[in-house]
Amino acid sequence: MAAIFQGDIVLSKIIVVTSGKGGVGKTTTSASFATGLAQRGHKTVVIDFDVGLRNLDLILGCERRVVFDFVNVINGEASLRQALIRDKRVEALSILAASQTRDKDALKPEGVERVLNELAQEFDYIVCDSPAGIEHGAMMAMYFADEALVVTNPEVSSVRDSDRVLGILSSKTRRAEKAQPRVKEHLVLTRYNPARVDKGEMLSVKDVQDILAIPLLGVIPESPSVLTSSNSGVPVISLDHSEAGHAYQDLVARFLGEQREHRFLTVEKKGLFGRLFGT
Amino acid sequence: MNMKISWFNLFKREQKTTASLARERLQVIVAHQRAGRANGLDFLPRLQQELLGVIRKYVTVGDDAIRMNVERDGGLEVLELNITLPEAAGH
Repeated sequence: MAAIFQGDIVLSKIIVVTSGKGGVGKTTTSASFATGLAQRGHKTVVIDFDVGLRNLDLILGCERRVVFDFVNVINGEASLRQALIRDKRVEALSILAASQTRDKDALKPEGVERVLNELAQEFDYIVCDSPAGIEHGAMMAMYFADEALVVTNPEVSSVRDSDRVLGILSSKTRRAEKAQPRVKEHLVLTRYNPARVDKGEMLSVKDVQDILAIPLLGVIPESPSVLTSSNSGVPVISLDHSEAGHAYQDLVARFLGEQREHRFLTVEKKGLFGRLFGT
Repeated sequence: MNMKISWFNLFKREQKTTASLARERLQVIVAHQRAGRANGLDFLPRLQQELLGVIRKYVTVGDDAIRMNVERDGGLEVLELNITLPEAAGH
């Protein structure tokens, strides 16, 4: 069961998807993670914190249905009910889009907290898609989190940024300030290319795990379907024949407590041709 | 087939791969980042810069004139500060 019941109050979980560095797959991960939770029947809302540069709506294919956004709700210009977009494919999923026009300071802490509290009445999981960087928008996405998916590419600048983000999660969040149990961190390694790892051209899962020293939730292989699924506005987890999609399915299952082996960590077995002529 | 692969790896191991370079560089960077923020002391680099600024009002010193060291002894934390003045300073 996703939610913990205390009397009549549903305690929902707030999960931030963060990375520091841009372009590593935060929004791709947010969209697929939230979709996966909802596909398994958990009431889930995913919020785009990237005020001024929204893109979660595009990845989830609902850009034409955005009328009101997160900042409208914070400012009291629209109700949550008006601003939440119900996903067309997955019933349990809702999206709260970022504002396209205002600047990041529109995310006032009291306002963000009020909206999160209101969402917590209705949803089991609140997924916060953080913008890149460690400016105000990213800090707000992280501040209220119970758990964090730290999205990392096997590449030096991404790993360094992830470590900085881990520092922030352990010192600048509500849990840190109120001396509550620390934010639970999960490593999500994206754009993994086992062939290049074999050649010694790319950091391995183990390298990144050793350096960042947080539990591994999932490894998403580099895959052409991440781009093609974004072209069509369908989160990659919803594709039937995508390795990246299957890896996200596994990731969601593990998050919910299932034991699943990590897949796609090694180079695919070669066919007859490869066996005859390859090394 | 297996022989071939193992020989191949044997030769390859002689030169460092870029991935192992990346790993070594990151280990240093991350150790440094973590030392700075251990127990909430992530202000140390800024403190060092500001102290340098104050000292430079009076004497000319290099960037490495200040050495800082945090020592932990049980529940006690000691911030050790070493400021090296140039030999001619003052007199």
